[in-house]
Amino acid sequence: MLSLESVTYAPGGHRNGKIEILKDINLKLEFGKMYALTGPNGGGKSTLARVIMGIYPPTSGRILLEGEDITGLAANERARLGFGYAFQAPPTFKGLKVIDLLEIASRRNPQEGCQPLRQIGLCPEEYLQRELDGRLSGGEAKRVEIATIMAQDPRIRIFDEPEAGIDLWSFDRLVKLIADSHRPEKITMIISHQEKIMRLVNEIILIAGGEICLQGERDQVWPQIKETMLCDCLEKCPLKGEEDVECPR
Amino acid sequence: MWNALDRKLLKEIADLHALPTGAFNIRKDGEGVERRSRPGIEITSGKGQPGVNVVVKPGVKGTVHIPVIITRSGLADVVYNHIEIGAGAEITLVAGCGIHNPGGELSRHDGIHEIIVRSGARLYYKEKHYGEGKGSGQRVLNPKTSMLIERDAYAELELLQVRGVDDTLRITEAQVEEGGLVNMFERLLTDGTQNATSEVEIKLIGDDSRARIISRSVARDSSRQVFKFRLIAHGRGRGHVECDSIIMDRAAVRSIPEVWAENSRAELVHEAAIGKIAGEQLVKLMSLGLTQEEAEETIIGGFLSRTGGDSNG
Repeated sequence: MLSLESVTYAPGGHRNGKIEILKDINLKLEFGKMYALTGPNGGGKSTLARVIMGIYPPTSGRILLEGEDITGLAANERARLGFGYAFQAPPTFKGLKVIDLLEIASRRNPQEGCQPLRQIGLCPEEYLQRELDGRLSGGEAKRVEIATIMAQDPRIRIFDEPEAGIDLWSFDRLVKLIADSHRPEKITMIISHQEKIMRLVNEIILIAGGEICLQGERDQVWPQIKETMLCDCLEKCPLKGEEDVECPR
Repeated sequence: MWNALDRKLLKEIADLHALPTGAFNIRKDGEGVERRSRPGIEITSGKGQPGVNVVVKPGVKGTVHIPVIITRSGLADVVYNHIEIGAGAEITLVAGCGIHNPGGELSRHDGIHEIIVRSGARLYYKEKHYGEGKGSGQRVLNPKTSMLIERDAYAELELLQVRGVDDTLRITEAQVEEGGLVNMFERLLTDGTQNATSEVEIKLIGDDSRARIISRSVARDSSRQVFKFRLIAHGRGRGHVECDSIIMDRAAVRSIPEVWAENSRAELVHEAAIGKIAGEQLVKLMSLGLTQEEAEETIIGGFLSRTGGDSNG
Protein backbone atom coordinates (compact mmCIF):
# COMPACT_ATOMS: atom_id res chain seq x y z
CA MET A 1 0.00 0.00 0.00
CA LEU A 2 1.07 3.56 -0.70
CA SER A 3 -0.26 6.00 1.86
CA LEU A 4 -0.28 9.76 2.08
CA GLU A 5 -0.91 11.12 5.55
CA SER A 6 -1.92 14.76 5.99
CA VAL A 7 0.22 15.83 3.05
CA THR A 8 0.31 19.52 2.23
CA TYR A 9 2.32 21.31 -0.39
CA ALA A 10 3.03 25.01 -0.69
CA PRO A 11 5.66 26.24 -3.17
CA GLY A 12 8.60 27.59 -1.24
CA GLY A 13 8.07 25.13 1.54
CA HIS A 14 6.31 27.22 4.17
CA ARG A 15 2.68 26.73 4.98
CA ASN A 16 2.17 29.98 6.75
CA GLY A 17 1.53 32.87 4.46
CA LYS A 18 1.87 30.80 1.28
CA ILE A 19 -0.76 29.44 -1.00
CA GLU A 20 -1.24 25.76 -0.33
CA ILE A 21 -1.71 23.85 -3.56
CA LEU A 22 -2.35 20.64 -1.62
CA LYS A 23 -4.23 20.72 1.68
CA ASP A 24 -4.27 17.85 4.12
CA ILE A 25 -4.27 15.04 1.58
CA ASN A 26 -4.98 11.61 3.02
CA LEU A 27 -4.91 8.81 0.54
CA LYS A 28 -4.42 5.06 0.51
CA LEU A 29 -3.56 3.37 -2.78
CA GLU A 30 -3.57 -0.42 -2.95
CA PHE A 31 -1.48 -2.65 -5.20
CA GLY A 32 -3.53 -4.31 -7.88
CA LYS A 33 -5.88 -1.36 -8.27
CA MET A 34 -6.20 1.26 -10.97
CA TYR A 35 -7.13 4.77 -9.93
CA ALA A 36 -8.33 7.78 -11.85
CA LEU A 37 -7.43 11.17 -10.44
CA THR A 38 -9.79 13.76 -11.80
CA GLY A 39 -11.00 17.25 -11.07
CA PRO A 40 -10.99 20.78 -12.43
CA ASN A 41 -7.95 22.45 -13.94
CA GLY A 42 -5.65 23.91 -11.32
CA GLY A 43 -7.15 21.67 -8.64
CA GLY A 44 -3.84 20.05 -7.68
CA LYS A 45 -3.83 16.80 -9.68
CA SER A 46 -0.40 17.17 -11.26
CA THR A 47 1.03 18.60 -8.04
CA LEU A 48 -0.19 15.55 -6.16
CA ALA A 49 1.38 13.29 -8.79
CA ARG A 50 4.68 15.15 -8.47
CA VAL A 51 4.59 14.94 -4.68
CA ILE A 52 4.04 11.18 -4.96
CA MET A 53 6.92 10.90 -7.47
CA GLY A 54 9.25 12.90 -5.17
CA ILE A 55 9.63 15.83 -7.56
CA TYR A 56 8.02 18.22 -5.08
CA PRO A 57 8.82 17.68 -1.40
CA PRO A 58 5.71 17.87 0.77
CA THR A 59 5.55 20.89 3.06
CA SER A 60 4.15 18.68 5.79
CA GLY A 61 2.78 15.18 6.18
CA ARG A 62 4.20 11.75 5.40
CA ILE A 63 4.33 9.37 2.48
CA LEU A 64 4.58 5.68 3.32
CA LEU A 65 5.30 2.79 0.98
CA GLU A 66 4.35 -0.52 2.57
CA GLY A 67 4.72 1.14 5.95
CA GLU A 68 8.13 2.63 5.27
CA ASP A 69 8.48 6.41 5.41
CA ILE A 70 9.73 7.60 2.03
CA THR A 71 8.80 11.28 2.46
CA GLY A 72 12.39 12.47 2.22
CA LEU A 73 13.35 10.45 -0.87
CA ALA A 74 14.11 12.30 -4.09
CA ALA A 75 12.62 11.38 -7.48
CA ASN A 76 15.56 9.20 -8.52
CA GLU A 77 15.45 7.30 -5.24
CA ARG A 78 11.73 6.72 -5.65
CA ALA A 79 12.33 5.60 -9.24
CA ARG A 80 14.60 2.92 -7.83
CA LEU A 81 11.83 1.86 -5.47
CA GLY A 82 9.56 1.38 -8.48
CA PHE A 83 7.84 4.75 -8.98
CA GLY A 84 7.27 6.07 -12.49
CA TYR A 85 5.63 9.24 -13.75
CA ALA A 86 4.60 10.04 -17.32
CA PHE A 87 4.67 13.83 -17.61
CA GLN A 88 1.70 15.81 -18.81
CA ALA A 89 4.05 17.94 -20.93
CA PRO A 90 7.26 15.97 -21.49
CA PRO A 91 10.33 18.20 -21.79
CA THR A 92 12.33 18.35 -25.01
CA PHE A 93 16.04 17.52 -25.12
CA LYS A 94 18.38 18.84 -27.77
CA GLY A 95 20.64 16.05 -28.96
CA LEU A 96 19.09 13.21 -26.95
CA LYS A 97 17.33 10.58 -29.00
CA VAL A 98 14.29 8.42 -28.32
CA ILE A 99 16.58 5.40 -27.95
CA ASP A 100 18.64 7.24 -25.31
CA LEU A 101 15.59 7.87 -23.16
CA LEU A 102 14.34 4.31 -23.59
CA GLU A 103 17.76 2.99 -22.61
CA ILE A 104 17.79 5.09 -19.46
CA ALA A 105 14.23 4.04 -18.63
CA SER A 106 14.83 0.35 -19.23
CA ARG A 107 18.19 0.47 -17.45
CA ARG A 108 20.31 0.26 -20.59
CA ASN A 109 18.36 -2.38 -22.39
CA PRO A 110 17.17 -0.75 -25.61
CA GLN A 111 15.38 -3.90 -26.76
CA GLU A 112 12.88 -3.37 -24.01
CA GLY A 113 12.10 -0.02 -25.54
CA CYS A 114 11.10 -1.31 -28.97
CA GLN A 115 8.05 -3.19 -27.79
CA PRO A 116 6.42 -0.23 -25.98
CA LEU A 117 7.05 1.97 -29.01
CA ARG A 118 5.23 -0.54 -31.19
CA GLN A 119 2.45 -0.89 -28.66
CA ILE A 120 1.89 2.85 -28.62
CA GLY A 121 1.78 2.90 -32.41
CA LEU A 122 5.25 4.26 -33.17
CA CYS A 123 7.48 2.29 -35.50
CA PRO A 124 10.84 1.73 -33.73
CA GLU A 125 12.71 1.77 -37.03
CA GLU A 126 11.40 5.26 -37.64
CA TYR A 127 11.47 6.68 -34.14
CA LEU A 128 14.42 5.21 -32.19
CA GLN A 129 16.92 7.60 -33.76
CA ARG A 130 14.65 10.64 -33.68
CA GLU A 131 15.74 13.51 -31.48
CA LEU A 132 13.60 14.47 -28.54
CA ASP A 133 13.61 18.08 -29.61
CA GLY A 134 10.90 20.37 -30.85
CA ARG A 135 10.68 18.50 -34.14
CA LEU A 136 8.54 15.78 -32.58
CA SER A 137 4.88 16.74 -32.67
CA GLY A 138 3.01 17.06 -29.38
CA GLY A 139 1.26 13.75 -29.92
CA GLU A 140 4.49 11.97 -30.88
CA ALA A 141 6.30 13.35 -27.82
CA LYS A 142 3.44 12.26 -25.62
CA ARG A 143 3.44 8.75 -27.03
CA VAL A 144 7.21 8.49 -26.59
CA GLU A 145 6.66 9.55 -22.98
CA ILE A 146 4.14 6.75 -22.41
CA ALA A 147 6.46 4.26 -24.13
CA THR A 148 9.28 5.41 -21.82
CA ILE A 149 7.18 4.57 -18.76
CA MET A 150 6.27 1.21 -20.29
CA ALA A 151 10.00 0.54 -20.81
CA GLN A 152 10.72 1.60 -17.22
CA ASP A 153 7.96 -0.76 -16.06
CA PRO A 154 7.51 0.73 -12.59
CA ARG A 155 5.22 -0.88 -10.03
CA ILE A 156 3.68 2.47 -9.06
CA ARG A 157 2.73 4.16 -12.30
CA ILE A 158 1.27 7.64 -12.66
CA PHE A 159 0.09 8.81 -16.08
CA ASP A 160 -0.58 12.54 -16.19
CA GLU A 161 -3.31 13.19 -18.78
CA PRO A 162 -1.95 10.53 -21.13
CA GLU A 163 -4.60 11.32 -23.70
CA ALA A 164 -3.58 14.97 -24.12
CA GLY A 165 -2.55 15.67 -27.70
CA ILE A 166 -3.16 12.09 -28.82
CA ASP A 167 -5.48 11.43 -31.73
CA LEU A 168 -8.64 9.37 -31.35
CA TRP A 169 -7.20 6.26 -32.98
CA SER A 170 -4.13 6.28 -30.77
CA PHE A 171 -6.28 7.01 -27.72
CA ASP A 172 -8.05 3.62 -27.93
CA ARG A 173 -4.68 1.90 -28.29
CA LEU A 174 -3.36 3.88 -25.33
CA VAL A 175 -6.28 2.95 -23.10
CA LYS A 176 -5.83 -0.71 -23.99
CA LEU A 177 -2.08 -0.56 -23.39
CA ILE A 178 -2.46 0.95 -19.93
CA ALA A 179 -5.16 -1.56 -18.99
CA ASP A 180 -3.30 -4.57 -20.38
CA SER A 181 -0.05 -3.65 -18.68
CA HIS A 182 -1.64 -3.29 -15.27
CA ARG A 183 -0.77 -6.15 -12.91
CA PRO A 184 -1.78 -7.29 -9.42
CA GLU A 185 1.60 -6.10 -8.14
CA LYS A 186 1.17 -2.61 -9.59
CA ILE A 187 -0.61 0.59 -8.62
CA THR A 188 -1.75 2.52 -11.68
CA MET A 189 -2.96 6.10 -11.32
CA ILE A 190 -4.24 8.00 -14.34
CA ILE A 191 -4.90 11.71 -14.24
CA SER A 192 -7.68 12.24 -16.71
CA HIS A 193 -11.01 13.80 -17.58
CA GLN A 194 -11.99 11.13 -20.08
CA GLU A 195 -14.95 8.89 -19.42
CA LYS A 196 -13.23 6.08 -21.27
CA ILE A 197 -10.44 6.19 -18.70
CA MET A 198 -12.97 6.32 -15.86
CA ARG A 199 -14.49 3.07 -17.15
CA LEU A 200 -11.05 1.47 -16.91
CA VAL A 201 -10.29 2.04 -13.25
CA ASN A 202 -11.36 0.53 -9.94
CA GLU A 203 -11.56 3.77 -8.03
CA ILE A 204 -11.92 7.45 -8.76
CA ILE A 205 -10.42 10.28 -6.73
CA LEU A 206 -11.79 13.76 -7.20
CA ILE A 207 -9.49 16.60 -6.25
CA ALA A 208 -10.44 20.27 -6.35
CA GLY A 209 -8.96 23.29 -4.66
CA GLY A 210 -6.10 21.17 -3.37
CA GLU A 211 -8.40 18.85 -1.42
CA ILE A 212 -9.75 15.39 -2.03
CA CYS A 213 -13.47 15.95 -2.38
CA LEU A 214 -14.51 12.44 -3.15
CA GLN A 215 -12.96 8.99 -3.40
CA GLY A 216 -14.51 5.61 -3.93
CA GLU A 217 -15.51 2.77 -6.22
CA ARG A 218 -15.93 3.88 -9.79
CA ASP A 219 -19.57 2.87 -10.16
CA GLN A 220 -20.55 4.81 -7.09
CA VAL A 221 -18.38 7.85 -7.57
CA TRP A 222 -18.55 8.51 -11.29
CA PRO A 223 -22.31 9.24 -11.45
CA GLN A 224 -21.90 11.55 -8.47
CA ILE A 225 -19.03 13.37 -10.10
CA LYS A 226 -20.93 13.81 -13.32
CA GLU A 227 -23.82 15.29 -11.35
CA THR A 228 -21.99 17.48 -8.92
CA MET A 229 -18.48 18.20 -10.04
CA LEU A 230 -19.23 21.28 -12.03
CA CYS A 231 -21.15 22.79 -9.15
CA ASP A 232 -18.36 21.95 -6.74
CA CYS A 233 -15.93 23.53 -9.12
CA LEU A 234 -17.94 26.70 -9.07
CA GLU A 235 -18.02 26.62 -5.30
CA LYS A 236 -14.25 26.83 -5.31
CA CYS A 237 -14.06 29.14 -8.27
CA PRO A 238 -12.51 32.53 -7.51
CA LEU A 239 -15.00 34.07 -9.93
CA LYS A 240 -17.93 32.78 -7.86
CA GLY A 241 -20.62 35.36 -7.48
CA GLU A 242 -19.69 37.31 -10.56
CA GLU A 243 -22.58 37.82 -12.89
CA ASP A 244 -21.09 36.17 -15.95
CA VAL A 245 -20.51 32.85 -14.17
CA GLU A 246 -23.53 30.65 -14.70
CA CYS A 247 -24.13 27.16 -13.50
CA PRO A 248 -23.78 25.01 -16.59
CA ARG A 249 -25.94 22.22 -15.19
CA MET B 1 58.23 5.42 -33.80
CA TRP B 2 55.02 6.51 -32.08
CA ASN B 3 55.02 6.11 -28.32
CA ALA B 4 51.96 5.47 -26.15
CA LEU B 5 51.38 9.17 -25.49
CA ASP B 6 51.53 10.01 -29.21
CA ARG B 7 49.08 7.25 -29.97
CA LYS B 8 46.72 8.44 -27.26
CA LEU B 9 46.74 12.01 -28.57
CA LEU B 10 46.22 10.84 -32.16
CA LYS B 11 43.31 8.70 -31.06
CA GLU B 12 41.74 11.59 -29.16
CA ILE B 13 41.95 14.15 -31.94
CA ALA B 14 41.74 12.10 -35.12
CA ASP B 15 40.30 8.78 -33.95
CA LEU B 16 43.42 7.12 -35.30
CA HIS B 17 44.29 3.70 -33.92
CA ALA B 18 46.97 3.10 -36.52
CA LEU B 19 48.43 5.04 -39.41
CA PRO B 20 45.63 6.14 -41.73
CA THR B 21 45.13 4.28 -44.98
CA GLY B 22 44.60 7.49 -46.95
CA ALA B 23 46.94 10.43 -47.39
CA PHE B 24 48.33 11.96 -44.23
CA ASN B 25 50.85 14.28 -42.64
CA ILE B 26 51.48 13.97 -38.92
CA ARG B 27 53.25 16.80 -37.17
CA LYS B 28 54.77 16.40 -33.74
CA ASP B 29 56.43 19.03 -31.55
CA GLY B 30 56.89 21.52 -34.35
CA GLU B 31 58.10 19.15 -37.08
CA GLY B 32 56.52 17.04 -39.74
CA VAL B 33 57.24 13.45 -38.72
CA GLU B 34 55.52 11.19 -41.17
CA ARG B 35 53.77 11.83 -44.47
CA ARG B 36 52.19 9.88 -47.29
CA SER B 37 50.59 11.07 -50.49
CA ARG B 38 48.06 9.03 -52.41
CA PRO B 39 47.20 8.92 -56.10
CA GLY B 40 45.42 12.17 -56.81
CA ILE B 41 46.19 13.54 -53.33
CA GLU B 42 49.59 15.16 -53.04
CA ILE B 43 51.04 16.49 -49.81
CA THR B 44 54.19 18.61 -49.99
CA SER B 45 56.06 20.88 -47.59
CA GLY B 46 55.11 24.54 -47.55
CA LYS B 47 57.54 26.92 -49.16
CA GLY B 48 59.21 29.39 -46.80
CA GLN B 49 56.94 28.64 -43.87
CA PRO B 50 56.10 25.63 -41.71
CA GLY B 51 53.16 23.56 -42.86
CA VAL B 52 51.98 21.57 -45.85
CA ASN B 53 50.30 22.02 -49.17
CA VAL B 54 47.60 19.48 -49.90
CA VAL B 55 46.39 19.29 -53.47
CA VAL B 56 43.53 16.99 -54.38
CA LYS B 57 43.01 16.49 -58.08
CA PRO B 58 39.56 16.94 -59.62
CA GLY B 59 37.13 14.08 -59.10
CA VAL B 60 39.26 12.24 -56.52
CA LYS B 61 37.63 10.65 -53.50
CA GLY B 62 39.49 9.91 -50.30
CA THR B 63 40.59 10.95 -46.85
CA VAL B 64 43.38 13.21 -45.68
CA HIS B 65 44.62 13.34 -42.10
CA ILE B 66 46.79 16.27 -40.99
CA PRO B 67 46.83 16.07 -37.19
CA VAL B 68 49.25 17.94 -34.98
CA ILE B 69 50.43 16.76 -31.58
CA ILE B 70 52.51 18.56 -29.00
CA THR B 71 54.07 16.66 -26.13
CA ARG B 72 56.51 19.23 -24.76
CA SER B 73 56.15 22.14 -22.41
CA GLY B 74 57.13 25.61 -23.59
CA LEU B 75 56.65 24.99 -27.31
CA ALA B 76 54.99 27.53 -29.59
CA ASP B 77 54.17 25.94 -32.93
CA VAL B 78 52.75 27.92 -35.82
CA VAL B 79 51.76 26.09 -38.97
CA TYR B 80 50.35 27.26 -42.30
CA ASN B 81 48.48 24.70 -44.36
CA HIS B 82 47.18 25.31 -47.88
CA ILE B 83 44.58 22.88 -49.07
CA GLU B 84 42.93 22.71 -52.46
CA ILE B 85 40.11 20.30 -53.16
CA GLY B 86 39.81 19.88 -56.93
CA ALA B 87 36.54 20.29 -58.82
CA GLY B 88 34.11 17.46 -58.21
CA ALA B 89 36.35 15.76 -55.64
CA GLU B 90 34.96 14.34 -52.41
CA ILE B 91 37.31 14.48 -49.45
CA THR B 92 37.17 13.92 -45.72
CA LEU B 93 39.84 16.08 -44.13
CA VAL B 94 40.71 15.37 -40.51
CA ALA B 95 42.77 18.07 -38.84
CA GLY B 96 42.94 18.80 -35.13
CA CYS B 97 45.53 19.27 -32.44
CA GLY B 98 46.29 17.53 -29.18
CA ILE B 99 48.59 19.01 -26.55
CA HIS B 100 50.11 17.10 -23.68
CA ASN B 101 51.84 19.67 -21.53
CA PRO B 102 53.88 17.95 -18.83
CA GLY B 103 55.63 21.05 -17.49
CA GLY B 104 55.07 24.56 -16.18
CA GLU B 105 55.49 26.53 -19.40
CA LEU B 106 52.85 27.46 -21.90
CA SER B 107 52.50 25.21 -24.96
CA ARG B 108 50.72 26.60 -27.94
CA HIS B 109 49.68 25.69 -31.44
CA ASP B 110 48.40 28.13 -34.04
CA GLY B 111 47.03 26.20 -36.99
CA ILE B 112 46.28 28.41 -39.96
CA HIS B 113 44.40 26.72 -42.78
CA GLU B 114 43.54 28.15 -46.16
CA ILE B 115 41.14 25.86 -47.93
CA ILE B 116 39.74 26.14 -51.42
CA VAL B 117 36.86 23.88 -52.31
CA ARG B 118 36.65 23.97 -56.07
CA SER B 119 33.49 23.91 -58.08
CA GLY B 120 31.16 21.02 -57.31
CA ALA B 121 33.53 19.45 -54.78
CA ARG B 122 32.48 18.14 -51.37
CA LEU B 123 34.61 18.59 -48.29
CA TYR B 124 33.96 17.07 -44.88
CA TYR B 125 36.29 18.85 -42.50
CA LYS B 126 36.76 17.62 -38.94
CA GLU B 127 38.82 19.47 -36.40
CA LYS B 128 39.07 18.31 -32.82
CA HIS B 129 41.07 20.00 -30.11
CA TYR B 130 42.20 18.34 -26.95
CA GLY B 131 44.53 19.10 -24.08
CA GLU B 132 45.96 17.15 -21.17
CA GLY B 133 48.97 16.94 -18.88
CA LYS B 134 49.56 17.35 -15.18
CA GLY B 135 51.93 20.30 -15.51
CA SER B 136 50.80 23.80 -14.60
CA GLY B 137 51.71 25.11 -18.06
CA GLN B 138 48.83 26.40 -20.12
CA ARG B 139 47.59 24.62 -23.24
CA VAL B 140 46.65 27.12 -25.90
CA LEU B 141 45.17 26.48 -29.34
CA ASN B 142 44.42 29.21 -31.85
CA PRO B 143 43.09 27.80 -35.11
CA LYS B 144 42.25 29.98 -38.06
CA THR B 145 40.44 28.46 -41.01
CA SER B 146 39.72 30.51 -44.13
CA MET B 147 37.70 28.83 -46.84
CA LEU B 148 36.58 29.60 -50.33
CA ILE B 149 33.64 27.49 -51.40
CA GLU B 150 33.27 27.75 -55.11
CA ARG B 151 30.21 27.41 -57.27
CA ASP B 152 27.97 24.47 -56.29
CA ALA B 153 30.56 23.17 -53.84
CA TYR B 154 29.76 21.86 -50.38
CA ALA B 155 31.75 22.14 -47.18
CA GLU B 156 30.82 20.60 -43.87
CA LEU B 157 32.83 21.71 -40.87
CA GLU B 158 32.74 19.83 -37.64
CA LEU B 159 34.66 21.67 -34.95
CA LEU B 160 34.98 20.13 -31.54
CA GLN B 161 36.75 21.11 -28.34
CA VAL B 162 35.63 19.33 -25.22
CA ARG B 163 38.54 18.98 -22.86
CA GLY B 164 41.74 20.39 -21.54
CA VAL B 165 42.32 23.53 -23.63
CA ASP B 166 43.01 26.51 -21.38
CA ASP B 167 42.74 29.23 -23.93
CA THR B 168 41.51 29.29 -27.47
CA LEU B 169 40.78 31.86 -30.12
CA ARG B 170 39.09 30.12 -32.99
CA ILE B 171 38.56 32.05 -36.22
CA THR B 172 36.54 30.55 -39.03
CA GLU B 173 35.92 32.41 -42.27
CA ALA B 174 34.17 31.26 -45.40
CA GLN B 175 33.21 32.82 -48.70
CA VAL B 176 30.46 30.97 -50.48
CA GLU B 177 29.94 31.36 -54.20
CA GLU B 178 26.81 30.77 -56.26
CA GLY B 179 25.00 27.58 -55.36
CA GLY B 180 27.56 26.74 -52.68
CA LEU B 181 26.66 25.48 -49.24
CA VAL B 182 28.51 25.49 -45.95
CA ASN B 183 27.30 23.58 -42.93
CA MET B 184 29.19 24.26 -39.75
CA PHE B 185 28.69 22.44 -36.51
CA GLU B 186 30.68 23.71 -33.56
CA ARG B 187 30.76 22.11 -30.14
CA LEU B 188 32.61 23.55 -27.22
CA LEU B 189 32.93 22.70 -23.55
CA THR B 190 34.98 24.74 -21.12
CA ASP B 191 35.53 24.22 -17.43
CA GLY B 192 37.86 25.41 -14.66
CA THR B 193 39.16 28.85 -15.60
CA GLN B 194 39.37 28.19 -19.35
CA ASN B 195 38.68 30.87 -21.93
CA ALA B 196 37.31 30.26 -25.40
CA THR B 197 36.49 32.71 -28.13
CA SER B 198 34.98 31.67 -31.44
CA GLU B 199 34.71 34.16 -34.27
CA VAL B 200 32.87 33.08 -37.38
CA GLU B 201 32.38 35.14 -40.51
CA ILE B 202 30.51 33.74 -43.48
CA LYS B 203 30.14 35.74 -46.66
CA LEU B 204 27.43 34.58 -49.03
CA ILE B 205 28.75 36.04 -52.22
CA GLY B 206 26.77 34.34 -54.94
CA ASP B 207 23.07 33.85 -55.55
CA ASP B 208 21.61 30.71 -54.00
CA SER B 209 24.57 30.39 -51.70
CA ARG B 210 23.68 28.97 -48.31
CA ALA B 211 25.15 28.68 -44.84
CA ARG B 212 23.96 26.87 -41.77
CA ILE B 213 25.85 27.27 -38.54
CA ILE B 214 25.00 25.42 -35.38
CA SER B 215 27.03 26.21 -32.31
CA ARG B 216 26.46 24.34 -29.07
CA SER B 217 28.48 25.09 -25.98
CA VAL B 218 28.60 24.28 -22.30
CA ALA B 219 30.41 26.61 -19.91
CA ARG B 220 31.14 25.17 -16.46
CA ASP B 221 32.93 26.31 -13.31
CA SER B 222 34.50 29.78 -13.81
CA SER B 223 35.17 29.42 -17.52
CA ARG B 224 34.35 32.12 -20.04
CA GLN B 225 33.16 31.90 -23.63
CA VAL B 226 32.65 34.52 -26.31
CA PHE B 227 30.93 33.89 -29.64
CA LYS B 228 30.97 36.35 -32.50
CA PHE B 229 28.99 35.34 -35.55
CA ARG B 230 28.84 37.51 -38.60
CA LEU B 231 26.75 36.43 -41.54
CA ILE B 232 26.96 38.63 -44.61
CA ALA B 233 24.94 38.23 -47.79
CA HIS B 234 26.09 40.02 -50.89
CA GLY B 235 23.94 37.95 -53.21
CA ARG B 236 20.58 36.22 -52.93
CA GLY B 237 21.84 33.95 -50.18
CA ARG B 238 20.26 32.21 -47.24
CA GLY B 239 21.97 31.85 -43.92
CA HIS B 240 20.96 30.52 -40.53
CA VAL B 241 22.94 30.70 -37.31
CA GLU B 242 21.79 28.81 -34.23
CA CYS B 243 23.93 29.49 -31.20
CA ASP B 244 22.93 27.69 -28.01
CA SER B 245 24.83 27.71 -24.74
CA ILE B 246 24.29 25.98 -21.44
CA ILE B 247 25.75 28.01 -18.62
CA MET B 248 26.56 26.51 -15.23
CA ASP B 249 28.22 27.40 -11.94
CA ARG B 250 30.05 30.75 -12.12
CA ALA B 251 30.73 30.70 -15.86
CA ALA B 252 30.15 33.55 -18.29
CA VAL B 253 29.01 33.39 -21.92
CA ARG B 254 28.73 36.24 -24.41
CA SER B 255 27.11 35.79 -27.78
CA ILE B 256 27.43 38.62 -30.27
CA PRO B 257 25.47 38.17 -33.48
CA GLU B 258 25.64 40.17 -36.66
CA VAL B 259 23.54 39.56 -39.74
CA TRP B 260 24.28 41.86 -42.62
CA ALA B 261 22.40 41.82 -45.92
CA GLU B 262 23.52 43.73 -49.00
CA ASN B 263 20.81 42.21 -51.15
CA SER B 264 17.06 42.60 -50.70
CA ARG B 265 16.45 38.94 -51.56
CA ALA B 266 18.82 37.61 -48.93
CA GLU B 267 17.38 35.72 -45.95
CA LEU B 268 19.47 35.70 -42.82
CA VAL B 269 18.45 34.39 -39.43
CA HIS B 270 20.37 34.40 -36.19
CA GLU B 271 19.11 32.60 -33.12
CA ALA B 272 21.06 32.76 -29.89
CA ALA B 273 20.16 31.40 -26.50
CA ILE B 274 22.02 31.12 -23.22
CA GLY B 275 20.46 29.35 -20.29
CA LYS B 276 20.95 26.85 -17.54
CA ILE B 277 19.82 23.24 -17.87
CA ALA B 278 16.03 23.26 -17.77
CA GLY B 279 14.64 22.02 -14.47
CA GLU B 280 12.06 19.85 -16.22
CA GLN B 281 14.82 18.03 -18.11
CA LEU B 282 16.61 17.20 -14.86
CA VAL B 283 13.40 16.13 -13.18
CA LYS B 284 12.42 13.90 -16.10
CA LEU B 285 15.72 12.02 -16.07
CA MET B 286 15.78 11.81 -12.28
CA SER B 287 12.29 10.33 -12.33
CA LEU B 288 13.78 7.60 -14.53
CA GLY B 289 16.37 6.84 -11.82
CA LEU B 290 19.38 9.03 -12.68
CA THR B 291 21.06 11.09 -9.97
CA GLN B 292 21.20 14.82 -10.56
CA GLU B 293 24.85 14.55 -11.63
CA GLU B 294 24.09 11.70 -14.03
CA ALA B 295 21.13 13.64 -15.41
CA GLU B 296 23.32 16.72 -16.01
CA GLU B 297 25.98 14.64 -17.77
CA THR B 298 23.34 12.96 -19.93
CA ILE B 299 21.82 16.30 -20.94
CA ILE B 300 25.23 17.85 -21.68
CA GLY B 301 26.38 14.74 -23.57
CA GLY B 302 23.29 14.84 -25.77
CA PHE B 303 23.50 18.59 -26.26
CA LEU B 304 27.09 18.33 -27.49
CA SER B 305 26.55 15.18 -29.55
CA ARG B 306 26.88 15.20 -33.31
CA THR B 307 23.23 14.27 -33.75
CA GLY B 308 22.22 17.78 -32.85
CA GLY B 309 21.05 19.57 -35.95
CA ASP B 310 22.50 16.97 -38.29
CA SER B 311 21.87 17.78 -41.89
CA ASN B 312 23.31 17.07 -45.27
CA GLY B 313 24.00 19.07 -48.29
